[in-house]
Amino acid sequence: MTYAHPARHLLRAKDLVDARYRDRLDVPTLARAARLSPAHFSREFHRVFGGPPHKYLLMRRLERAAELLRNTDRSVADICLTVGLRSLGSFTTSFHRRFGMTPTAYRAVHPPALERARVPTCVLLAWARPSSSTFGEDGHTSPG
Amino acid sequence: MLKQLTNVQVWVDDQDEALAFYTEKLGLELRDDVTVPEMGNFRWLTVGVPDQPDVAIALMAVPGPPVFDDETREQIKSLLAKGAAGGLFFATDDVQRSYEELKSRGVEFQQEPTEQPYGIDAGFRDPSGNQMRMAQLSE
Repeated sequence: MTYAHPARHLLRAKDLVDARYRDRLDVPTLARAARLSPAHFSREFHRVFGGPPHKYLLMRRLERAAELLRNTDRSVADICLTVGLRSLGSFTTSFHRRFGMTPTAYRAVHPPALERARVPTCVLLAWARPSSSTFGEDGHTSPG
Repeated sequence: MLKQLTNVQVWVDDQDEALAFYTEKLGLELRDDVTVPEMGNFRWLTVGVPDQPDVAIALMAVPGPPVFDDETREQIKSLLAKGAAGGLFFATDDVQRSYEELKSRGVEFQQEPTEQPYGIDAGFRDPSGNQMRMAQLSE
């Protein structure tokens, strides 16, 4: 390997979230991808990307769930499992906290929009995130 | 009137590493590799898609002084490493096949082939952190 900027390893962990959010990912696994200890990894990830890794993972799962709600007719429980979340109750709570309504209500007010524009997936992943400035689950930005 | 796009540019950490990635892993061809001693050993390094001779990708090292001060250079390198310095979009006839081919060569994917209304796309990174995408567009 040649020179790599320290943030490059953190980006690798962030990419791992985007690629494998459906799986049982946890912070130690992500830290290994970044070649850092879990505590150091969480701090550095927060510093570089503006929020802690476990919240980025939850944000990605909620964003993917929202996309499935908008563009498929799959059940809420099925979508919850598909995006890697195990508990329907905490999925609904987290979803409501980020989007201000239940998954079912969200589906009702968001008919599929993608048919109108050729938006690349990378744009969707970035721009359809449930929070603009941070990806905190509850508005706090303290390192987790 | 402007008539043609000829080059696009991406910043890279290391030109040798980038050249190996873009040619050996992505299968692009080397177009120019010229080092200019009187310009501080500036290296003009370009690659391109074999079937598309009129567009080249310039793999640019991030210069230090006198072009950029050290702080600016570090900022660019940091954006690059964070995946925030832009990227390239490619087209392919068979995204699943290209995905398996590139993955077997060790390319890091952050998104496996995903169906979209316009086709199927997938996302990966170059060694520096640039976002690369490829899409199989529907007819």
